[in-house]
Amino acid sequence: MLGRTANGLFWMFRYIERAENTARLIDAGLRMSLTRMHGEDDDWESVLRSAGVFDLYLQRRDEVTSGEAIEFLLRDSSNTSSVVSAIEAARNNGRMVRTALTREAWEAVNECFLDLKGQLNRRVSGADLPALIDTIKQRTAVIRGAFHGTMLRNELFNFSRLGTFVERADNTSRILDVKYYVLLPAVSYVGSSLDNVQWESILRSVSAHRSYTWVYDDDFKPMHIADFLILNGRMPRSLAFCYDKINSNLSYLEREYATRHAAHDTAAATLGMLREREIQQIMDLGLHQFLQDFIAQNNQVAAEIAQAYRFYRD
Amino acid sequence: MPFDEMLTAENLPRAPYQGYFNWHAEQKTSDLIKKSRDAENIFRKTGITFAVYGKEDASERLIPFDIVPRIISGREWRRLAQGIEQRVVALNAFLDDIYHKQEIIKAGRIPRALIEKNAAFLPQMIGMRPPGGVYTHIIGTDIVRTGEDQFYVLEDNARTPSGVSYMLENRETMMQMFPELFHLNKVRPVENYPKLLRQSLGALAPPGCQGKPRVAVLTPGIFNSAFYEHAYLADQMGVELVEGSDLQVINGKVAMRTTRGYEPIDVLYRRVDDDFLDPLSFRPDSTLGVPGIMDVYRTGNITIANAPGTGIADDKAIYSYMPEIVRFYTGSKPMLQNVPTHRCSEPETLAYVLDNLAELVVKEVHGSGGYGMLVGPAASKRERAEFAAKLKSRPGNYIAQPTLSLSTVPILVKKGIAPRHVDLRPFVLVSDKVQIIPGGLTRVALKEGSLVVNSSQGGGTKDTWVLED
Repeated sequence: MLGRTANGLFWMFRYIERAENTARLIDAGLRMSLTRMHGEDDDWESVLRSAGVFDLYLQRRDEVTSGEAIEFLLRDSSNTSSVVSAIEAARNNGRMVRTALTREAWEAVNECFLDLKGQLNRRVSGADLPALIDTIKQRTAVIRGAFHGTMLRNELFNFSRLGTFVERADNTSRILDVKYYVLLPAVSYVGSSLDNVQWESILRSVSAHRSYTWVYDDDFKPMHIADFLILNGRMPRSLAFCYDKINSNLSYLEREYATRHAAHDTAAATLGMLREREIQQIMDLGLHQFLQDFIAQNNQVAAEIAQAYRFYRD
Repeated sequence: MPFDEMLTAENLPRAPYQGYFNWHAEQKTSDLIKKSRDAENIFRKTGITFAVYGKEDASERLIPFDIVPRIISGREWRRLAQGIEQRVVALNAFLDDIYHKQEIIKAGRIPRALIEKNAAFLPQMIGMRPPGGVYTHIIGTDIVRTGEDQFYVLEDNARTPSGVSYMLENRETMMQMFPELFHLNKVRPVENYPKLLRQSLGALAPPGCQGKPRVAVLTPGIFNSAFYEHAYLADQMGVELVEGSDLQVINGKVAMRTTRGYEPIDVLYRRVDDDFLDPLSFRPDSTLGVPGIMDVYRTGNITIANAPGTGIADDKAIYSYMPEIVRFYTGSKPMLQNVPTHRCSEPETLAYVLDNLAELVVKEVHGSGGYGMLVGPAASKRERAEFAAKLKSRPGNYIAQPTLSLSTVPILVKKGIAPRHVDLRPFVLVSDKVQIIPGGLTRVALKEGSLVVNSSQGGGTKDTWVLED
């Protein structure tokens, strides 16, 4: 297969993941602003930070308001992480690698694009927002379903999955990093209702507020939340889960091509670290530093994959 | 009254339409309209779109599909096919001659200046003979009909004809929606086109090629108007769809960058224009092509389909000489007629054209897609005056033809059916043999009375049936 095709699949799935993630962040932001009496704009600032677009936002807008933040996250085409940009980029990549996709997978991407483009061509009112966010989640779920149901488990599949999990690991670690301070034990209002809202919003932004209670069977506790999202190998958005998948997909490629690359070693080292580490250790050494290191390492894996499989011209 | 292919003046069906006509009479128009909407949804869902240049908001559009098929009898087809084959053989012989001995010029049949001053003539191709002596591998001959037995060739499209994916998707859609029609009528299949294309391309691989020839389709990328077709054909043939940035000349071969390293290509079906093919030989600013590919081509290490420089054969200024060209190379009378063509470069002709603008169709010599043309009878006085000014300033840039009364085929409308003008583009593959796919792309002007069938100008398409008889 062409290096450009591998690249196209990798990015198509990164963008689908990103669109979904942005939608989820908006959802979490809305939820917070419904449960808070004041200081709502701080919440939207943290949502923008979690999406990694706060600096860009400040270049485009004067102040942070819920309306403008939502607009920026949903529809602003100058923001490459906005839902509209991410879906369009996913579809453009899909069009480019059309020959590598099954008809079902391609049609799911194409229909997702056509539907959302139609719904997002004008400002979305607050009343329509929940339904729109559901549509985004549903459409991306259909893409995933069509892809899983019809694609051959070959190298095409592996590159697509690598894109999904590299992006997801990046998303989860950024969400945690923006909020890491509310997870620190030294915060003065531990146990206050304010913290509960903050903690729940972290879980909500990765759709994990329900599954958390199944696993930990108690109230939200910062240590458990961090453990869940970083180390729990059963939680599909945790860093450990993502790295388990990244490693298994890289292993298939290693066998298929009979070649091992730097990406394999970096990814294996990352997974090894996530398996050995205890959450207490991470907290003791500093959550923020840990996440910063992780984000850098994840970027390195992505760059090494691109290099190993010739995504770009030398 | 234009010639209607389905109905006689007495509103009776002509022979090839008999089966369809009876079936149609039993259908409810509202059901057919619903089916027609279903068809449109299939196209939209599949992403069968084309880009319209210069229109930001409508950058991707569907080509409207009409569900009433265009039907050609076996007898009519055989005649057409023979005429097309004769023409295609002549085109390849002409190209070989033009880039070698130029006997047709020496014989005084074509003016030297017309060839050598033509932008479509590539001096880089002089003395170059592609594998099998084939220059134009894939041709889409545009044909119009004006009566029972009157067929004219409108254009030869010998460089990069497009539209074959619509021929295939239209058939696929018709078979999905109206399977019963294919029991009632013996329609010759077109769906093996991708397989034939792959075989045809492989048959002309460079002589040094070992094993199964490696074929790739070269596209300018996703923003090209025909990108869907490029991807579709690569997919159906089971070959890679490459862009210029994927290719590089390595050890005297053109190679594509794969996840395992560079792998050589033997045959490149390119959908990139000559100008952009090789920045070292043609436009230096091109990023769509492959630097050095022309050197590889000249050493015989790659087959490029269609060959660079084939544009000289379908140039509109050359077109008027086609009857001469056919006679010169085949030694026989052309079986298919040319539309009488006025060359505006000749002063008396220009005067005639200016005087009769209201009756003529004037086209740019290098134009395509229905852009930059004037349909005299349909144009306003002001449009004609504006065009006359353009004609006077660059007469050599234009040819003029009488407005033909194109045949009509009914389309589905709210009240039932209504006649609309059509043309036909059958597709031809040339390797060690000439293969003409029984069918083609029928384009239809959806506006009542309109003669412009181009999709960029609001035309639609129909499934085209050639019957077994």
